[in-house]
Amino acid sequence: MARLSLIVLITIIPFISTLCSSFSPENPTDRRILVLLDDLALQSSHSLYFSSLQSRGYALDFKLADDSKIGLQRYGQYLYDGLILFCPSIDRFGGSIDSAAIVDFVDSGHDLIIAVDNSASERIREIATECGVDFDDAPVLFQGMGHSLNPANSLVLKALSASSSAYSANPKTKLSNPPSLTGSAISLVSVVQARNNARVLIAGSLSMFSNRFFRSGVQKAGSSIKHAKSGNEQFLTELSKWVFHERGHLKAVNVRHHKVGETDEPAMYRINDDLEYAVEIYEWSGKSWEPYVANDVQVQFYMMSPYVLKTLSTDQKGLYFTAFKVPDVYGVFQFKVEYQQLGYTSLSLSKQIPVRPFRHNEYERFLTAAFPYYGASFSMMAGFFIFTFAYLYNK
Amino acid sequence: MGGKTEAANGPTKSPAAAAKPDLLPASPTLPSLLSDHLKSLKLKTKQQELLIRVSLLGLVYVLAFVTRLFSVLRYESMIHEFDPYFNYRTTLFLTEKGFYEFWNWFDYESWYPLGRIVGGTLYPGLMLTAALIYWTLRFLRFAVHIREAVNTGSLAWALGSAFGYFYMVSAWGGYVFIINLLPLYVLVLLITGRYSMRLYVAYNCMYVLGMLLAMQIRFVGFQHVQSGEHMAAMGVFFLMQVFYFLDWVKHLLNDSKLFQAFLRITVTTAVGVGAVALGVGTASGYISPWTGRFYSLLDPTYAKDHIPIIASVSEHQPTAWSSFMFDFHILLFLFPAGLYFCFKRLSDATIFIVMYGLTSMYFAGVMVRLILVATPAVCLISAIAVSATVKNLTLLVRAKSKVANSGAGKGASSGKASSKSKNFCTDGIFDKQGLPDQSMPFQRNGAIALLVGAFYLLSRYATHCTWVTSEAYSSPSIVLAARGAHGNRVIFDDYREAYFWLRQNTPPDAKVMSWWDYGYQITAMGNRTVIVDNNTWNNTHIATVGRAMSSYEDEAYDIMRSLDVDYVLVVFGGVTGYSSDDINKFLWMVRIGGGVFPVIKEPDYLVNGEYRVDKGAAPKMLNCLMYKLSYYRFGELTTEYGKPSGYDRARGVEIGNKDVKLEYLEEAFTTSNWIVRIYKVKPPNNRWSTAAGHCCVQVQD
Repeated sequence: MARLSLIVLITIIPFISTLCSSFSPENPTDRRILVLLDDLALQSSHSLYFSSLQSRGYALDFKLADDSKIGLQRYGQYLYDGLILFCPSIDRFGGSIDSAAIVDFVDSGHDLIIAVDNSASERIREIATECGVDFDDAPVLFQGMGHSLNPANSLVLKALSASSSAYSANPKTKLSNPPSLTGSAISLVSVVQARNNARVLIAGSLSMFSNRFFRSGVQKAGSSIKHAKSGNEQFLTELSKWVFHERGHLKAVNVRHHKVGETDEPAMYRINDDLEYAVEIYEWSGKSWEPYVANDVQVQFYMMSPYVLKTLSTDQKGLYFTAFKVPDVYGVFQFKVEYQQLGYTSLSLSKQIPVRPFRHNEYERFLTAAFPYYGASFSMMAGFFIFTFAYLYNK
Repeated sequence: MGGKTEAANGPTKSPAAAAKPDLLPASPTLPSLLSDHLKSLKLKTKQQELLIRVSLLGLVYVLAFVTRLFSVLRYESMIHEFDPYFNYRTTLFLTEKGFYEFWNWFDYESWYPLGRIVGGTLYPGLMLTAALIYWTLRFLRFAVHIREAVNTGSLAWALGSAFGYFYMVSAWGGYVFIINLLPLYVLVLLITGRYSMRLYVAYNCMYVLGMLLAMQIRFVGFQHVQSGEHMAAMGVFFLMQVFYFLDWVKHLLNDSKLFQAFLRITVTTAVGVGAVALGVGTASGYISPWTGRFYSLLDPTYAKDHIPIIASVSEHQPTAWSSFMFDFHILLFLFPAGLYFCFKRLSDATIFIVMYGLTSMYFAGVMVRLILVATPAVCLISAIAVSATVKNLTLLVRAKSKVANSGAGKGASSGKASSKSKNFCTDGIFDKQGLPDQSMPFQRNGAIALLVGAFYLLSRYATHCTWVTSEAYSSPSIVLAARGAHGNRVIFDDYREAYFWLRQNTPPDAKVMSWWDYGYQITAMGNRTVIVDNNTWNNTHIATVGRAMSSYEDEAYDIMRSLDVDYVLVVFGGVTGYSSDDINKFLWMVRIGGGVFPVIKEPDYLVNGEYRVDKGAAPKMLNCLMYKLSYYRFGELTTEYGKPSGYDRARGVEIGNKDVKLEYLEEAFTTSNWIVRIYKVKPPNNRWSTAAGHCCVQVQD
């Protein structure tokens, strides 16, 4: 593998502070992206990838990773919506950036792309481990590093896994022990969607982003068909669309519920009330919000465990609705929609609503079963009257 | 079953109970002075008596009220203890929303997420009285804040308990004592042959009306005819019918032999039918068995073995001798003397007093809080003793000096006796005693010496009562007072500091988890939703909290997540030396938690049966949530000069785990004296879906 020569250049690019076009719930696509490089030569060797990003409207801010002036935030405001780390060998970030700052950046809802090479520095490994990805120490054949996913973390996924015959080892040394990572357990490109819907892409190869790999032809082993161009460009472009929230971003609005036949939302339900629940879900297409269409959105009526679980019907225009009867249990319930679909942002809505028992005057007034008792008491009263009269006036 | 805890407005009443006796024994001295003055006014004996009676009763009330002001003088106008906060909150609701809303109130701010039907689970008498007073005053154009209304309301409770059984039922769960005492009394009267038509009418009316009225209280409902506690009253009710019926038959038959046969048949049938009915009722579950609290009254060790939640309340502990002595003082010795005088002239009324005294004394020995029930009886009987003794002595003195003046003496004595409407007995004693023998020498001097002694004792007693009331019963547990190094008073107002912090700094729908003792206060003062509170109606829910407190942090986190807990509040006395904190209550949490969830085992927290928090403590103890929350950052603190850091002043040891690290919670607020510590439950990790390596614990009620 060709080792990239290191050229140190210090460029001072003024901070872009165009806050108006920044990330917002209404327009979830990222706008301002900081790209940290080991070497500014990468800017030209990977220019195809960068220009595809720029052509989609991203403002890329290229910096050397050890630039002493870089920083992710100023006055408590984040200056960027996304971060690309193409600096696998960095030992110490410049400026105010360190691995904790990058993790905080993700925790406050921003997106991250990490690519490593044959080598990955302690810093980069640290960030990846925080996201549940552990790099194996040996480079594999796609020119980079395979990695394994921490089984305890279900938020991290493989976007590209190795073929079933692959193994992870250093090709330059003799293999003495069986490799610990084999087959499709090896992940080459992984994605993480955090709970706050921040997205992270971790690629085991920096070269796969390069112009050389984008352009080179490829032939599948054992197959005679030659592809003139590798699929790298399409694959990575689509991934970057996902990471920077051009795709797969959902929003839920207008959650409402009311008794059947009413329109106002009550402060409290009574047991056995009939109610209607509705929510609107839209998907971001990169430019506008389109109705999201699915048949697997469910609502729970939940108090420590779901008492009612219903699949919502949809009108294909983004509105999801259902109707059900409040269970015969009082307490503080929640309407919960937990929608976690692969590739989409997770929707987690909950709305608290108390359910009260009957009031003292809401019970049935005259029970058929109680007629003997009514009869008994009325006959008793009548009897008392008659006896009183009989004793008083019948000496 | 939860009712009694909730209605434990007990502690606030004790000052009144303690206050009354100090006037009662003193009362005979007052009339003797007064009568001399009154004689000069030439009032008739009857009028004198009335005047004295009224003025004495008035004085008793004034004194009872004044003793309550001790706490206001020493601290400030605030609500004490735990349960009154609930009474305050409910009364506030009642005055704001009206009676029907109150009656149907479903409170979703407590017992999250179960909620509590307040209207159906309380004794509403106290709130209604307070609200009534409030409305009356409002009607009279007085702007009173409801808090004051509650204060006077509890006084009105003390006065109004005489208004009847219904009121008693509506105000306090302790009515069960009355409903069992009365049949017992009737039964004793029956056995001793004091049965009369009067008794029949009185008891039947009381029982039927009382029962019907009591059933109007939603919390009591059909318990009155179904629960085991009320069976005695019902049994006696039927017994009286049978007895009266037999009496009638006997009167009709006029033949002893025939009657004997008839009696045998009826009694056998009646007993048989009763036993079968009770058996069937119990077996079918229609008649509920006695509740644990009731068992624990009969057998003091029952609760300890079976129901930790009842035993954990300090008010439910057996009474120590010292506290009897502390509360009753000389009454403890006068009590048997009073009993003696009562037996000396046995009447229906004295039998009642004797039985009331004896049973309540027994129950007071079983449970601390029932000293309250015993107090009036003890006061009454002791007053009889004092009154009789003093009268005999004064008679001796007077008889020696002016034998002829017996008429005046009699007038005066009836005035004395009327002091607490118990002249029935003292008069009787007086009549029986007649004039003492005049032959004994030194009698007069001896009598004077004894009189002086008695007055000295009584005055000492009055001093003691005042002191007890001001020192022991006027300190609100919500504000603590201590003596500083220079003898000055130091006030720890940490509770209110913490509750107001909650009110100001947390989201309005935040859920606070704490041990149940503080539940009412958090909802009333902090205005936040709590998981459990002092109305201990759901043992499982409390056990879940107990389990969370005694688990490791990660396990506790899963439980707290399942209950949507946002904040955890613990009470910690290690800095101030405040001993009734959560660490000292912790074994009860373990026991209550372990009673429902067997994964919690008490021996895990003990070392050789010993409860300790220092280096020698059990490893589970050193790492459970309660320990961590109490001692977080405590290891850095030097609490006492010359002691190592992390020295716990409440338990007098250096703590065993000084390096407490919290993973799932973070400290949110600690009050100035560290008495209350509040922690925030962190949201789940952003980039990790499950807590590393731990599966979820299912918590379901």
